[in-house]
Amino acid sequence: MDDPVGGGPASGSPAPSRASERPASAAQRRVAWRPLVIAAVSTVVFFVLLGLVIVNAPGWPEVKSSFFNGKVFADSWPLIVAAFVVNIQIFVIAELLVLPSALVVAVLRSTPGPVFLPIRILATAYVDIFRAVPGILVIFILGFGVPALGLPGLPTDPRFYGILSLVLIYSAYVSEVYRAGIDSVHPSQGAAARSLGLSHLQALRFVVLPQAVRRVIPPLLNDFIGLQKDSVLVSFIGVVEIFRQSQIRQSATFNFTPYMATALIFIVITIPLARLVDWLVARDRRRNAAGAR
Amino acid sequence: MSDVTAAATGTAPTLRIEGLHKSFGDLEVLRGIDLVVAPHEVVCLIGSSGSGKSTLLRCVNLLEPIDAGRICIGDREITDPKVDVDRVRRGIGIVFQAYNLFPHMSVLDNVTLAPRKVLKTPRDRAEAEPTRLLERFGLADKRNEVPDRLSGGQQQRVAIVRALAMQPELLLLDEVTSALDPELVGEVLSVIRELAASGMTMVIATHEMRFAREIADRVCFLDAGLILEEGPPEVLFEDPREPRTRQFLQRVTAARRL
Repeated sequence: MDDPVGGGPASGSPAPSRASERPASAAQRRVAWRPLVIAAVSTVVFFVLLGLVIVNAPGWPEVKSSFFNGKVFADSWPLIVAAFVVNIQIFVIAELLVLPSALVVAVLRSTPGPVFLPIRILATAYVDIFRAVPGILVIFILGFGVPALGLPGLPTDPRFYGILSLVLIYSAYVSEVYRAGIDSVHPSQGAAARSLGLSHLQALRFVVLPQAVRRVIPPLLNDFIGLQKDSVLVSFIGVVEIFRQSQIRQSATFNFTPYMATALIFIVITIPLARLVDWLVARDRRRNAAGAR
Repeated sequence: MSDVTAAATGTAPTLRIEGLHKSFGDLEVLRGIDLVVAPHEVVCLIGSSGSGKSTLLRCVNLLEPIDAGRICIGDREITDPKVDVDRVRRGIGIVFQAYNLFPHMSVLDNVTLAPRKVLKTPRDRAEAEPTRLLERFGLADKRNEVPDRLSGGQQQRVAIVRALAMQPELLLLDEVTSALDPELVGEVLSVIRELAASGMTMVIATHEMRFAREIADRVCFLDAGLILEEGPPEVLFEDPREPRTRQFLQRVTAARRL
């Protein structure tokens, strides 16, 4: 409105902020620092107090030597890291297989028309069953049951059955994530595509799914965090991976520190993924806010 | 009356609707629509909200299954269950009130998607005609933008180009200016005017009475799922036969004066 800087319409938007900045700047700087200082002080005080309570607990010396033993940690660390490579193999292969297979299940569940009812029933039954049965049972049943059939040509490697189980369990979960994404795309998008002569599958492939998948990436990565942790369940059918290895170290040393090392590794690999999810969610929210204008 | 027009020209009508009924649950939205549209004819559907204009257009595009009656394009019955709906829809363009552009694609990808994927036209050839149309409608510089960065009027013009890219023989326009800010209505209407001048056969559901009067060869007044009255615009707007039509037009003019 008033233009004291005299920059004219070209500098229209910065002018008012510059004008308001000058008198308020000192006060604003004070105000901006205060919450930071308060946050820092309260955080330090809280954690120092918590630490003091733990360290002064009557059982602390024993807990310290059996859970936070530096020597055991150093001895076990290389073995545990090496065993983690097996977990990485298992969950990376499983994740790469879950992405397409879950999408197929989601698409099958959303096929239209009465002809495809049997397909919808099958897909729904699959999702219901594999979400209902505890993962460890699926791994036991497939890992011990299928090889026991003794059919020629079936793999005997327990890692195969471990990966198969994880893919079956997580495809059921992730297909629901995809389906929510498909349902979140407004039906008018599909109608617009169909009105141009695209078939149901073409409309899904070129119009609905690209929008749906973009929206579900954060919850999908969230399920992958779960899958990575569940890779330790494969140890129960005889795969020596990180959890089994830390168990072996624990029995050898009578010390729980190997478990702490394992926990640390999972924390280290999960935090970047968790922050990535946060960042994607925040970016989507910004994008939606911009789109709503 | 329109049958006479079609018979006189000696060609099959572009669109023929006979005894069309459509219900949503207990609500009967269309209660026996008969309508014939000759080639190059522009028919405007007017009537209050809920009178069935949009549903009628969606039925013609086979986006809504019908309960009774027939719809024919040329001499082919498209409501025959044996008909390939995807093939039928190629020949019928529809433009929606809310544009319904694909937000994850550029303008050019929006308008070439159907030729590329449905007709399998190679990209360079698929782009030729839509590019020409985008230029003609003043959108040449927007071809690589995503729809969200365009104004409503620009988006609606892109939606019209998208429907035209399949070179339909019939274009359905469903209240295409109702979602627009008043100052953007004109740019979309002038595109439709151009299409009418070039001989496009169109059925237009609209609330723009002045525009309907100017562009339509024939105006149909829909009331509670029936075409209550139809005729040339000067007759229907100047001297409507039905009291309901008169009442509707009076209400619209009164609202305009406000």
